[in-house]
Amino acid sequence: MKHRDARIGWLFASPWIIGFCLFLAYPLIASLYYSFTSYSVLKPAQLVGIANYQELVQDSVFLLALKNTIFYVLGAVPLGTVVAIALALLLNTKVRGMAFYRTLFFLPSLVPMVALGTLFLWVFNGDYGFINQGFAALHLSPPNWLGDPAWSKWTLILISTWGSGQSMVIYLAGLQDVPISLYEAAELDGAKLWAKTRFVTLPMISPVILFNGVMGMIGALQVFAVPYVMFPGGAPARSTYFFASYLYDNAFLFQRMGYASAMGWVMFLITLALTGLSLRISERHVHYEGS
Amino acid sequence: MTVLTSGCPATTDSHFFGWASNIYSRAYSVRIPEANEDLLLPTNYRRADYPLNRATIAAVLVGAVVVAIALQQSENAVKRPAVPNKVTVVYWEKWTGSEGEEMRKVVDAFNRTQNRIFVRYLSISGINDKTMLATAGGNPPDVAGLWAEQVTQFADANALTDLTEVAKQNGVAQSNYIASYWDMLTYKDRLWALPSTPASTALHVRRDLVPPEYRSPETFPRTIEGLDALVAKVSKKDASGKLQLAGFLPSEPGWWNWAWGYWFGGKLVDGNKLTINTPENLRAYEWVGSYAKRFGSQEVQNFQSGFGGFASPQDAFMSGKVSTVLQGVYKSNYIKIYKPELDWFATPFPHPANRPDLANRSVLGMDVLMIPHGAKHVPEAFEFIKYVQRQDVMEALCMAHGKNSPLAKVSDYFLAHHSNKFIKLFDQLARSPGAFAAPKIGMIAQITQEMGNVFQEINTGQKPAKAALQDAQVRLDSEWDTYQTQILGEK
Repeated sequence: MKHRDARIGWLFASPWIIGFCLFLAYPLIASLYYSFTSYSVLKPAQLVGIANYQELVQDSVFLLALKNTIFYVLGAVPLGTVVAIALALLLNTKVRGMAFYRTLFFLPSLVPMVALGTLFLWVFNGDYGFINQGFAALHLSPPNWLGDPAWSKWTLILISTWGSGQSMVIYLAGLQDVPISLYEAAELDGAKLWAKTRFVTLPMISPVILFNGVMGMIGALQVFAVPYVMFPGGAPARSTYFFASYLYDNAFLFQRMGYASAMGWVMFLITLALTGLSLRISERHVHYEGS
Repeated sequence: MTVLTSGCPATTDSHFFGWASNIYSRAYSVRIPEANEDLLLPTNYRRADYPLNRATIAAVLVGAVVVAIALQQSENAVKRPAVPNKVTVVYWEKWTGSEGEEMRKVVDAFNRTQNRIFVRYLSISGINDKTMLATAGGNPPDVAGLWAEQVTQFADANALTDLTEVAKQNGVAQSNYIASYWDMLTYKDRLWALPSTPASTALHVRRDLVPPEYRSPETFPRTIEGLDALVAKVSKKDASGKLQLAGFLPSEPGWWNWAWGYWFGGKLVDGNKLTINTPENLRAYEWVGSYAKRFGSQEVQNFQSGFGGFASPQDAFMSGKVSTVLQGVYKSNYIKIYKPELDWFATPFPHPANRPDLANRSVLGMDVLMIPHGAKHVPEAFEFIKYVQRQDVMEALCMAHGKNSPLAKVSDYFLAHHSNKFIKLFDQLARSPGAFAAPKIGMIAQITQEMGNVFQEINTGQKPAKAALQDAQVRLDSEWDTYQTQILGEK
């Protein structure tokens, strides 16, 4: 009977197992193999040892794309965290119509990336853009968000806050988990709003901050769609050329699938290292219920 | 700091992942079971009772067979002929909108003439990637409508069917075509594609935005120096220094940033060598940089960010933000739609004063029809491509697209009834010895991207022309070396 149960169980699980093997496990292993080859898709892969990895170390565009990506991560993740926590704190208050406000702030995160890129091309347009019109109304000289290499990455960092709705919902769930008794105790000790936020709310939601921080960092390291739509080729002057953009170009534009695979594995190792580092740093600053 | 206590796992990592699943379940109202929680498993569950034995593997295999049958059936459904008793030729084309519709008319006309072949026309986005991957997967379209610049890259990648012999057998010969266009179809002495529609380029000038003495092709400056003087005369800034009108901008429309050296007698590839930082190219890109200096790099960026798309009324030329623009023969089609009252003319792009031999240069482009390697119906696919090469069909298509013809013979009707009133000029420019196209090298994608970056570095004031070209030369030399070794296997 138990063997029969096992057979049925495996049978029901088999579509997932087959899908996993075909579409995840095989490509993963294959990409590791291809990262040690010269492979242009239509010709057989030729083993080249660690040549792709050696080339990466000397590739100035790869290093620039990596630098741009780290810059973006360092800008977008903290800013997204601050915006999402601020929104979650506001949406955690008891006012009428809160469900409506929560929906309202969550909705932007559902906009598809390509539509988002096209929309923000107009929002940040130098002459007609909504933002620069505001600057003009205040008689201020606006930056060139899209054409100036000094501003283009900041433009993308600002745009990244548009998707804060996802993490906001998670912060909101964390906030609702903070026991009221802690606030009451803090009030008895004379704590005001800032003190309660600083010494009760933030420590209590620190695991959520860590979780969102790590997930946000992984997402930011893979930034692709919005810059691809807004800044073709990493323009201006490769200031918005990110790791994923260069990987895509190598794979599909230059037909260097082996080199792109090596980039993919380097990205994996970087992500792994940064996640490990985040968890290590968090040991001192993150407080779990029950620790 | 105050910390609550309850029974929680000991390590930070397990804390984190436990918290992660917990917080997700709360945020999205999904209940995730605890690790030690019994849901479906019996209370006396033991791992050894559920072995992964032969029967289990057989069960997984059954699942795999079901999936394989489903895939096979779907493949059969796709392969089924669109019209019974006719060979279906699958044709992928990049065009959408009116250009796509005009090509569809050609396909429909071909299908009406046929009792043996049916061409199924599909408009495909991202066609180059998809064609390459479909070819690699062994299931390419029979005909792919790509760009001439990709002939070399696709040929090097072994992604194309060699058309040399089949063209000979069908009487399609070099003499039928304008020499420069035929040259774009060949690579390493083999024929890889045939044209759908070509284009040549010229300087477009708005009569209302240049002084009266320059308002005709005959009196318009013929030299770069003359153009510069005109630009200085007509460009306008407002009281706050904001650019209102530019006589010319090298960055508009920014489609041929790799080509500036050619107007000054330079080239990017010479035989087997890349020639990026030659004196001619340096002169060209210093001239590009002079425009950023003339108007102010930041000011040009600000001014240009307000330009609308090429196919819109906000286009810089149609909206009166630039007096002149380098554009293709097809521009008149868009002017007719968005600004029909516009008074303009076309003239060859000027040449340097000390290089009269560079008069009548024109950068050429071409949409082409290729048969991917591994296509199932090569003779039928070529039959369709040959039909498109017929003079009447080709001229009708080129007229509808607002382009010149790639054919050596052009009818009087074509020249007399074309929607572009300067079609004769564009036809002559395509035939000019000075006409040029992107260099025929498999690494063209890397070169055009790198030269685009050179242009932007100079235009935004990031680097002087000399440094930008030198950096590009070093980088491309290294890439060319890798390309020759890895793709061509020549080193």
